[in-house]
Amino acid sequence: MKVKDICEKLDLSVVAGETALENEISTVYVGDLLSWVMAHAKASSIWITIQSHVNIVAVASLLNLSCIIVAEGAKVDEETVEKANNEEIPILTTNKDAYCLIKELIHLGIE
Amino acid sequence: MKLNFEVDGDDFLLAGEASSQVKKVLKQLGVASDIIRRIAIAMYEAEINMVLHANGGMVDVDISPEKIYIVFQDTGPGIEDIELAMQEGYSTASDKIRELGFGAGMGLPNMKRYSDDLKITSELGKGTKVEIIVYLNREGD
Repeated sequence: MKVKDICEKLDLSVVAGETALENEISTVYVGDLLSWVMAHAKASSIWITIQSHVNIVAVASLLNLSCIIVAEGAKVDEETVEKANNEEIPILTTNKDAYCLIKELIHLGIE
Repeated sequence: MKLNFEVDGDDFLLAGEASSQVKKVLKQLGVASDIIRRIAIAMYEAEINMVLHANGGMVDVDISPEKIYIVFQDTGPGIEDIELAMQEGYSTASDKIRELGFGAGMGLPNMKRYSDDLKITSELGKGTKVEIIVYLNREGD
């Protein structure tokens, strides 16, 4: 499954990284503590978080994550969008919370 | 190959630039992705620490066929008790920093976990030097 597929199926808004929507997805990681994410998220994961500042792009880029879903309507800073576009990291936003997103992702067959 | 970076201490949200550059170089050199991942994690944590606690500093990277040797040197406040700072969950970060997802007390533990060798020397009021070695071949693991 690709990032563009989950955008469509979960009704997510793409706010950055449109050039990388073909990224393949392996699994999902949820977390808001950056060091924790650094230590545990696997490459090609979807990362669900409520952090929206520019440093999330560095984390996603260093770990080769497939995309970031900023949940619960958290507003994404402009500099985050700019950096994500440069680094080609898709940022997707939604009003749904992490639990809802995970239920839907499991339903789509992502383990 | 030697690389040098000056880490800007003014905007901690932009930290990670040096790590990102080194990652790109290692990828071009054809280093295995799991080793790049370990280096990226250890470097990112050291870089973030430098910005959060020491107002930036200098990073020197030395890449040889056997290993990558990275030195982070700052002129910050120093670490009073390195053993305590190494404990998972221990952090002196402010509430403001924690709200942004930093300050989980995982920085030094992550550096230790993902490097092959970690050496920290610190003097109060003078600064801290963090040296990280990651071997680039399996024998070093």
